[in-house]
Amino acid sequence: MPKAAVWDEAEANDIIRRHDGREGAMLPILHDLQAVFGCISPAAVRLVADALNRTRAEVHGVVSFYHDFREQPAGRHVLKICRAEACQSMNGEAVARQALDRFGLEWGDTTPDGHLTIEATYCLGLCSCAPSAMLDGQPIGRVDAATLDEIAREVGR
Amino acid sequence: MTRIFVPRDAAARAVGADRVATAITQETRRLGLAVDVVRTGSRGLFWLEPMIEVETPGGRIAFGPMTVKDVPGLFAGGLPPSAAHPLCVGRPEDIPFLKRQTRITFARCGIVDPLSLADYRAHGGYRGLERARSLGAAGTVDEVMTSGLRGRGGAGFPTGIKWKTVADTAADRKFIVCNADEGDSGTYADRMIMEGDPFLLIEGMTIAGFAVGATKGYIYIRSEYPDAIRVMERAIVLAEAEGLLGTKADFEIEVRVGAGAYVCGEETSLLESLEGKRGQVRAKPPLPAHKGLFGKPTVINNLISLATVPAILADGAKHYADLGMGRSRGTMPIQLAGNARYGGLFEAAFGLTLGEIVDDIGGGTASGRPVRAVQVGGPLGAYFPRALFDTPFDYEAFTARDGLIGHGGVVVFDDSVDMARQARFALEFCAIESCGKCTPCRIGSVRGTETMDKIIAGDRAEANLALIADLCQTLKFGSLCALGGFTPYPVMSAIKHFPGDFTRPRLVAAA
Repeated sequence: MPKAAVWDEAEANDIIRRHDGREGAMLPILHDLQAVFGCISPAAVRLVADALNRTRAEVHGVVSFYHDFREQPAGRHVLKICRAEACQSMNGEAVARQALDRFGLEWGDTTPDGHLTIEATYCLGLCSCAPSAMLDGQPIGRVDAATLDEIAREVGR
Repeated sequence: MTRIFVPRDAAARAVGADRVATAITQETRRLGLAVDVVRTGSRGLFWLEPMIEVETPGGRIAFGPMTVKDVPGLFAGGLPPSAAHPLCVGRPEDIPFLKRQTRITFARCGIVDPLSLADYRAHGGYRGLERARSLGAAGTVDEVMTSGLRGRGGAGFPTGIKWKTVADTAADRKFIVCNADEGDSGTYADRMIMEGDPFLLIEGMTIAGFAVGATKGYIYIRSEYPDAIRVMERAIVLAEAEGLLGTKADFEIEVRVGAGAYVCGEETSLLESLEGKRGQVRAKPPLPAHKGLFGKPTVINNLISLATVPAILADGAKHYADLGMGRSRGTMPIQLAGNARYGGLFEAAFGLTLGEIVDDIGGGTASGRPVRAVQVGGPLGAYFPRALFDTPFDYEAFTARDGLIGHGGVVVFDDSVDMARQARFALEFCAIESCGKCTPCRIGSVRGTETMDKIIAGDRAEANLALIADLCQTLKFGSLCALGGFTPYPVMSAIKHFPGDFTRPRLVAAA
């Protein structure tokens, strides 16, 4: 995953302008800003509010409503582990615990070196290959101890 | 040139399909074999994934589950690979799991190149739209009405009536919204169509737009489906290039990506989200058909409902309505998931019993232990014990047994499951995903989780179970939408059918 860019108001304005004339553009704008800057900072909230003629409170309300939007950047790699029923039925909770313990994290935490964030997710649609996970957008099925070794290698831990 | 088909479906990729595809390309090149690797959707036989298919004069022959290590052996004897290979499963159509299905919505999935319009047309694509145009807008709505198609998202509302309401409402603009926010655990049918047959959805939405007089469609896809988003966006570009979408076609489609909120699968919450707001549920009325997206008349349908329309138009409503039972007409893509031995997508006419689905088709558990409980219809669906396995897969039959078929997910659990923990999870999930608009859901889910913790800790189980029952009444009748309203299904079914799990002493440390 590319490292998030440092905040650049001109670039952010360019991103917002790409959505000119689009109805209900709030979510697409927030997604694009987060993809570049890694999170939705207070500066970004102000910019989006101005562009869409909404209050900062409204934009903050949207950012804080959706699980995807972050107010702090995540680690360089993001591992999402499914905690929903289909994965539970395949011992997913125990595998998830192994993953957390292996990297010394709790749900939502990032390793101190900023390499890895582990997040809970509720269904990746890989329910017939449970338990499942997603590393930087790449799907992983039938997760077990061997898969966790591979993930550790991948993220350089 | 021999074509070799390797799925690009996310679940197939999750178990190594990309690595297998690369290995096939490299190995066949090394051997000087003329091979064209085509990436398809999945047939939905996930215990065999990655399952590859090799074109032969006698049709396609499948091999699976493949690993990179199996690739050299497969081609050692040249092309086509020997049918005596240990991973050969024969002609896919002859595999009992596929042979027993009635594939209407999923007729092409896993067979065609998802991003080839030529392939789509060669397999019957756009016949539905053609027939719709010949019937006219009102005739198309009638056809959908006659087919008996009901909302495949779970509510089961007749699709034709929704369409007629929008068609009959005068407005300067109308919208078609496809709900592809497939958040129910145990379901992946929408994802498979988007990744395996995206033009089908485009055709279905175009028909809907023609029928009700809408010129713009949105597909709201959850962010957990990056592959589906990519394929769908690419398919739209390809369709635009051929004039099948865009100004020439009088209909355009835009993909919008969700942001991780389960409640946005609820239609009014989804509309709020599309408008750029918090995904909070709207009170009804007004119905979205009267005042939906941006206040305009809107058809909002589940992806599978829209993807079934082309076949209904192409082959006639009667052909579809002749399948099924009672008021549940046609087919349903049943998704066998979790601890199922043969996990996969099984499209069949309504009416199979739950026992047939779980035992005969699903083959029991993957772990080999006895099946103890089955959750049907996602996180808001009830847990069924073996005693209820005679329930036919039908909207009304499941309602009569305090359950729901939802979006068709069937999650199998073996006898290691602790039903008190499952009940607790249902409440916790409701607390995590509640939009917060109504009090029963927002507060009740939190109090319910706390109370369930007490029960699990053995603290006055009987009195606390009475509290849970009372709370579930409030949730069921006092919530605005199905999230709060249906959370009692998994909770109360677990308590009713597995009472022993709620009164047994546990080690508190395991909590």
